[in-house]
Amino acid sequence: MTDLNALLDVEPVVATAGVELLAEAIRAQGARVTHTDWRPPPSGTEGALAELALEGRRAEGNAEALHRMLVTSPHLVDIVTARDVIPALADGRLLHAGPPIGWDDCSGPLRGALIGAVLYEGMADTPEEASTLAASMALSPCHHHGAVGPMAGVVSPSMPLAVVHDAAGDGVAYATLNEGLGKVLRYGAFDAEVVERLRWMEHVLAPTLRRAIRRRGPIDLQTLIAQALQMGDDGHNRNRAATSLFLRQIGAMLIDDDTPGEDRSDTYRFIDGNDHFMLNLVMAAAKLSVDAASGVAGASLVTAMARNGTEFGIRLSGTGDRWFTAPAPVVDGLFLGSYTAADANPDIGDSAITETVGLGGFAMAASPAIVGFVGGSAAGAVRRTMEMYEITLAEHPSFRIPILEDRGTPTGIDATLVVRTGVVPHINTGIAGKEPGTGMVGAGLVEAPLECFVTAVQALAATAEL
Amino acid sequence: MISAVDVLTGRYYDSVRLMQVTRDVAAVGGVDAAMVAMATDLNVRLLADAGFDIAQIGDVHADDLMIAIRGVDEAAMTAARAAVEIGLASRRPAEYESVFSAPPAHTVGSAAQTAGANLALISVPGTHAFVEAMDALDHGLHVMIFSDNVPIEHELHLKQTGQSRGLLVMGPDCGTAIVGGVGLGFANAVDPGPVAISGASGTGIQQLCCLLDAWGVGVRHALGTGSRDLSAAVGGSSTLQAIAALDADPAVELIIVVSKPPDPSVAVRVEQAVEACRKPVEIALLGEPCVTLEGAARRAVAALGKPADDLPRWVLDQTPDSPGGVLRGFFSGGTLRDEARVIAADLVGDVSIDPAAEGHRLVDYGGEQFTRGRAHPMIDPSIRLQALADAASDPATGVMLLDAVLGYGAHPDPGAEVAPLIELAAGRGIPVVVSLCGARRDPQGRDRQATALRDAGAEVYLSNAAAAHRAASLLPEPSP
Repeated sequence: MTDLNALLDVEPVVATAGVELLAEAIRAQGARVTHTDWRPPPSGTEGALAELALEGRRAEGNAEALHRMLVTSPHLVDIVTARDVIPALADGRLLHAGPPIGWDDCSGPLRGALIGAVLYEGMADTPEEASTLAASMALSPCHHHGAVGPMAGVVSPSMPLAVVHDAAGDGVAYATLNEGLGKVLRYGAFDAEVVERLRWMEHVLAPTLRRAIRRRGPIDLQTLIAQALQMGDDGHNRNRAATSLFLRQIGAMLIDDDTPGEDRSDTYRFIDGNDHFMLNLVMAAAKLSVDAASGVAGASLVTAMARNGTEFGIRLSGTGDRWFTAPAPVVDGLFLGSYTAADANPDIGDSAITETVGLGGFAMAASPAIVGFVGGSAAGAVRRTMEMYEITLAEHPSFRIPILEDRGTPTGIDATLVVRTGVVPHINTGIAGKEPGTGMVGAGLVEAPLECFVTAVQALAATAEL
Repeated sequence: MISAVDVLTGRYYDSVRLMQVTRDVAAVGGVDAAMVAMATDLNVRLLADAGFDIAQIGDVHADDLMIAIRGVDEAAMTAARAAVEIGLASRRPAEYESVFSAPPAHTVGSAAQTAGANLALISVPGTHAFVEAMDALDHGLHVMIFSDNVPIEHELHLKQTGQSRGLLVMGPDCGTAIVGGVGLGFANAVDPGPVAISGASGTGIQQLCCLLDAWGVGVRHALGTGSRDLSAAVGGSSTLQAIAALDADPAVELIIVVSKPPDPSVAVRVEQAVEACRKPVEIALLGEPCVTLEGAARRAVAALGKPADDLPRWVLDQTPDSPGGVLRGFFSGGTLRDEARVIAADLVGDVSIDPAAEGHRLVDYGGEQFTRGRAHPMIDPSIRLQALADAASDPATGVMLLDAVLGYGAHPDPGAEVAPLIELAAGRGIPVVVSLCGARRDPQGRDRQATALRDAGAEVYLSNAAAAHRAASLLPEPSP
């Protein structure tokens, strides 16, 4: 090629990285220049980044993984019982949020939730018995079974699960049903009220919803979430609009149903009283999308971010099922009632799957109502979202942000961009009390630890074919 | 301890805002506990858990606002209530920030998307340059890599990638380019004109630009290709690309190809490419005493049918006789040093480039061993200044030769930096010759710099070859 893509014919518009003086020298000539905020990557990553840049599979791999992720069409199709769809639960196993963990390393809220699940399953009569039993049970991450759960994310055999199906493929993902705020199992509470609510969800909520959804037909979650972003949700810490839209989708089905009126009105009231009801369904939709992107050779796309209350873990498309972990960070947030930071457990839950698909902290600019979590200014919310474009590969085709002229949310985290820039994913999240049995103590913002992106990129580089 | 729970109806605030207010009120001195929240069932229960008497609030609804404060005395309660009012008040316009103050781009890839960049200039430390340059190519940008210390295999990969995508990779170790009239890196302020340059040499390009400028001939493009482009390993990849593109540019009338001493087999390939050009091409592949930048510039000007008069020089009324000893040279431009070395060696015999050599030596302080982990001497002259000071007080020094490079990106007043050291040397009877690489419109002022250098006691030449020749000639003939 001899024309050098018009280099010699057009006015140069320069991007500089490095010595700022050289950018100033260009500016002094009246030319157009953007000086980037380049910072050296963590020492020890230069070799891995260079190998990945040299290999050349990454660009194609990421394009393929991203395409697979964005082409999914998650639809809510059913409510089922966990033991019927997750075989691993049959052998006395419990599922939990985040990367793999054993009882000895479990934080307070995860232990509390495991205790609560054992009580709920009727396998023990007292919290002490339940604790002893839970300590001896095999644990497995929800993520290993196509499922996700917020906060502790505990799934036991009798729990109802929402089934999300890919209308554009054959993928499926599951999530528990959201219990509401305050003293709830997912935040580590396990008193009688918690267990009683779980049983009501199993015996009343689940069958009522199942009938409504089956009568209604599949509910297009991607469209519903996209609409909710237009109405001020972020899809993680604010799901008020999405929950309202969901109730509209199934409202008529609840009215038409021929089951006892009290069950139907209780179901309506329960969902109406829980602004986070849609969170779990958003998470299942996200899980479905990222699972479709998993396992593309060379791809540095992040396919999971999840925390178990002790460790924060991520997965990359190109490294498949491997987890790369770092200690779970502490959440910077606002607290309920008289709780303080001293009551807070480190970050926990699979809900960062929402950020992995461009929601939550990545969609902060769509959600002025919760800017309190980011210092209280709308400008801060926009800045959060804008910064995430620096580490993502695409703008989401459906999730759009009105205030940014309907720009798609930053979607598809590239771990190499995280390592190169030092810009880490911002995650909106709830805060669990660190003592088992406490429940929710607040909500806020957490930054994913850079360390796990560093080890992930190094592992991906080790797969490079040079 | 005083405790109060006020309930206000018809005041709705979102929960996040109220959690913020709660945090602010709880931080007021003398406040033991506080909670400002809508009266949902959950919040009423949390209020009870926090030790407030919920019996006193009676029937409340989720639309009611509860303000619960427990303080040590009335003063604390008053301060807390004031904090609630402030927290619930609307923000004033004066507190608004610009909502759309986008954060800066962190990568050139991001700048390509947000600012529409079409050319990247990478000057990060060499170990990181490859990744950033690949990012530029991946986003369709041409790239100039100012950084040195980049592994050769990375240079090859970059140039192969660029070649296959129609993108030009200038560098690594590319100090100078002019694209569409915009100087990149170290570049002189020259007028647009009929000449285009392809150069595997930053100061080679600068010298050509400055000499042409002195004769009133402008430069349309100067494409740097990196100091190793004409090595056997790289094979002239970018140079061949640049020559073809410049030949195809209708606004270019004449091309000059300049390089540090090239690999012989690559030189052949470049000469073949030049022969295939439709336009006149002057080649200056340095390495022989007869091949000079001045010579190439003169032939170019003549080929354009313009007069090439004597070049400017600023000489002294009386230059001191050399006390004898050796030639010491201090360069910030590698090509200027190389050209000077060949010319000087022709006159005085062996000239080393080793900074520790005892005999004649010309050192490039812009070389890789001096720029690892620090700025180029055209930006930060401190290492070179120290070397000049040492030489000025060294009895072995017979003549000092140095360059002074002007233009965008270079030190704002290099003359003032070296003037005291020239005075020091001149005071000890050591002749000093300066090769001044500057254009008339350079921000430092070519003639002002020249005058300052001469006034400090140096002879100043615009032609590097002339300066080198003069410096070597000032040494006394070796006794037979």
